[in-house]
Amino acid sequence: MNVHGILAIYKFEMARALRTLWQSLVTPVITTSLYFVVFGGALGSQIKEVDGIAYGSFIVPGLIMMSLLTQSISNASIGIYFPKFTGTIFELLSAPINSMEMVIGYVGAAATKSVVLGLIILATAALFVPIPIHHPFAMVAFLLLTSITFSLFGFIIGVWAKGFEQLNFVPALLITPLTFLGGAFYSISKLPDPWRTFSLFNPVVYLVSGFRWSFFDKGDVPVGISLAATGGFMLLCLAVIAWIFRTGYRLKN
Amino acid sequence: MTEPILSVRGVSKTYASGVHALHAVDLDINKGEIFALLGPNGAGKTTLISIICGIVTPSTGTITVGGFDAIGQPKRARRQIGLVPQELATDMFETVESTCRFSRGLFGHPQKSDHIEEVLRDLSLYDKRKSKIMELSGGMKRRVLIAKALAHEPHILFLDEPTAGVDVELRRDMWKLVHRLREKGTTIILTTHYIEEAEEMADRVGVISGGKLLVVDEKTALMKKLGKRELDIALNEPMSTIPGDLGDWELSLENEGKTLRYVFDAQAERTGIPSLLRKLADLNIGFKDLETSKSSLEDIFVDLVKEGGK
Repeated sequence: MNVHGILAIYKFEMARALRTLWQSLVTPVITTSLYFVVFGGALGSQIKEVDGIAYGSFIVPGLIMMSLLTQSISNASIGIYFPKFTGTIFELLSAPINSMEMVIGYVGAAATKSVVLGLIILATAALFVPIPIHHPFAMVAFLLLTSITFSLFGFIIGVWAKGFEQLNFVPALLITPLTFLGGAFYSISKLPDPWRTFSLFNPVVYLVSGFRWSFFDKGDVPVGISLAATGGFMLLCLAVIAWIFRTGYRLKN
Repeated sequence: MTEPILSVRGVSKTYASGVHALHAVDLDINKGEIFALLGPNGAGKTTLISIICGIVTPSTGTITVGGFDAIGQPKRARRQIGLVPQELATDMFETVESTCRFSRGLFGHPQKSDHIEEVLRDLSLYDKRKSKIMELSGGMKRRVLIAKALAHEPHILFLDEPTAGVDVELRRDMWKLVHRLREKGTTIILTTHYIEEAEEMADRVGVISGGKLLVVDEKTALMKKLGKRELDIALNEPMSTIPGDLGDWELSLENEGKTLRYVFDAQAERTGIPSLLRKLADLNIGFKDLETSKSSLEDIFVDLVKEGGK
């Protein structure tokens, strides 16, 4: 196992985040605070409660999830896309480091950043509203699982992307809509059918629901299903990555 | 003879587009030598290097590096290799020192070592170690790439077009560096399309064109074996055309007709020189000086590439 190699990639990626601290951490915190003011403050005063939870508190898990998903994807995708773009990928490909070690380095760094970000948003939110955490271990587990899974997904996108617009395409046109429609700001049980049924095909519903369960002991779908759905998506991402490295897809000629 | 440090057997590459970049190349590199892979642009030099370094997957063939199979034991094979690519691909926002440390770590070496400092001093980069790469000139960036490749103490160093787009001074520096590295026992393989460079630096030369390795030999032997010589005859009276009686010899007029040039094969049993001189005397063509010179590697190269293209 090339531990020095994994550490080199991990440190490189973390250094990149520190260099762009503003972009990596401060921007999402500000964005989240804005959501909080608009949804929690302005609209929340009209809605009062959802499932017996104050609306301001209710949206916190959804907000964290939204940032976690978009940031995991963009961090991990840029991490691997940038060497492709600048040409420095030659060094990674010629180094005595296997695909698993490379993924641990890149995805580990991206997931670390996401977890830190999630905790910062949680702390920011705690300044505005009371946030009970009924299942702290489950909360941390969901935080980790989601960060790792979507960093893996981001890694795939980074390998697949042929330009910066494609890099932004997935977070902007897929993840954000899915999060908004995935019950981040409402309970899908409040939706009229057929929208409620449609929502069950949205994978983000399961993430948000499971995460919310860890806070309030209540979710839109049973927590076991949430875990299974997230775990299933992670396995799918791992399978795709294994295929990428076996075939050299968009990495090697 | 000792075991070659690098052995390439039947390596070929056909890209997905159908382009045959390499046709079954066999090549052995000896430990500690400087080997120049010489060929025009698009000959397959970079493809061959990229395959050996693991960046491009070969269509067929095997590669052994220091006894380790590059496909079966890629980690052990790759640890021994340092690659300086042709393109100036660098992490612009990193400092010189951190990018070298990254390379060292990536190749599985612990950071606790003053090797990096030594490399940076060797390449006159030590004063710039805290500078961001983007702030450096093109020549300095190339030095950084060399420092990165040397950061993990490779046994074999690949230099892909090391002096392309580099000014004369830096080119001389590069040559000196290559010789210093060889003294330390590093095996060096460089690609170039400058004959001058191969002639100056290499122990052995391989000529590659159209994806085929046309010839591999000691530089001096190659020049001797394939070298042609030229005989320049300084005429008393300038000549406008070559007399028909001299049609048996390969002659040309140079220097506004004042010099008659005869190109001959130095290895041939009969050079044709005595008979040519007798014929000139018969024809009453006076001359005041004779000068012979051997042709450069360049002429050999051009001949080979022409033949290879046929």
